[in-house]
Amino acid sequence: MKQYEVTFIVDPVLSNEEIESTSKSYQDLVTNEGCSIINVDRIGLKQLAYPINKRSSGVYYCVEFNGESGAIVPKMELALRRDERIMRFLTVHLDKYGIKYNEDKRAGKIGTVKKEKKEEKKEPYKKPYKKGGDKAAKAAPAPEAKPAPAPEAKPIPTPDPTPAIQATPATETKPAPVATSVAAAAPVAVQQVAKSEEE
Amino acid sequence: MASRDDIKFLSNPNIGSTHKKYCRFKKFGIRHIDYKDPDFLEQFVNSQGKILPRRITGNSLKYQKKVAVAIKRARHLAMLPYVTDLLK
Repeated sequence: MKQYEVTFIVDPVLSNEEIESTSKSYQDLVTNEGCSIINVDRIGLKQLAYPINKRSSGVYYCVEFNGESGAIVPKMELALRRDERIMRFLTVHLDKYGIKYNEDKRAGKIGTVKKEKKEEKKEPYKKPYKKGGDKAAKAAPAPEAKPAPAPEAKPIPTPDPTPAIQATPATETKPAPVATSVAAAAPVAVQQVAKSEEE
Repeated sequence: MASRDDIKFLSNPNIGSTHKKYCRFKKFGIRHIDYKDPDFLEQFVNSQGKILPRRITGNSLKYQKKVAVAIKRARHLAMLPYVTDLLK
């Protein structure tokens, strides 16, 4: 006994009843073949990532069923292929982990408990990747702490040159401190930088 | 205005430190990758919609293959694009 899952996209231009009847006809097809339906998931209207048959959205359905042998799959795929109301379909054989995943999902474990877990691992990974990905396109995923100081460090070098430029005319206007200690000119400049920054 | 206390690091202090990459599927015990979850799969794809290499994601070979299959299925079902710009 094999468990299958068929996902198909129904044309959204059809009326609601027609869409319902389309999915119903395939459920009937499955049951008529002597297979039992485990679950029908109406994922609903979704935007497509790219246009199919000049449509930018589609109604997604996912039907999970037990196939005694694989004999039903080619029959069903032929029917799906001939059907004009169906934009795309995909039949997948579920392995034991897939079956368990779907059971957990129906039981709500994936949505709550497992998703927390997912987000946990998303956070440490996604952050460095996204920031690294934006700035240095294919830089290796930076370690977690790495991107955080980067933005901090960035603005610092940028304000530096501007006060330095401002500081030089200031020293020209006030020659006294520069003349008194040429060696100490650098720290004076730094102090002026600090002053100008405070201002 | 940046005060002087802000000027601490002239270079990135974390440059030398390396964080070991890991396979999240092994670490968190995820055995099945759902092709109907484009938000999750988007993490393994760059902004052009290309599958990221293992070198960058840190996945083990076993799960990288499964991720690749799931992404390709999602593309077929128009849940992920084949080609784009500015996916993320």
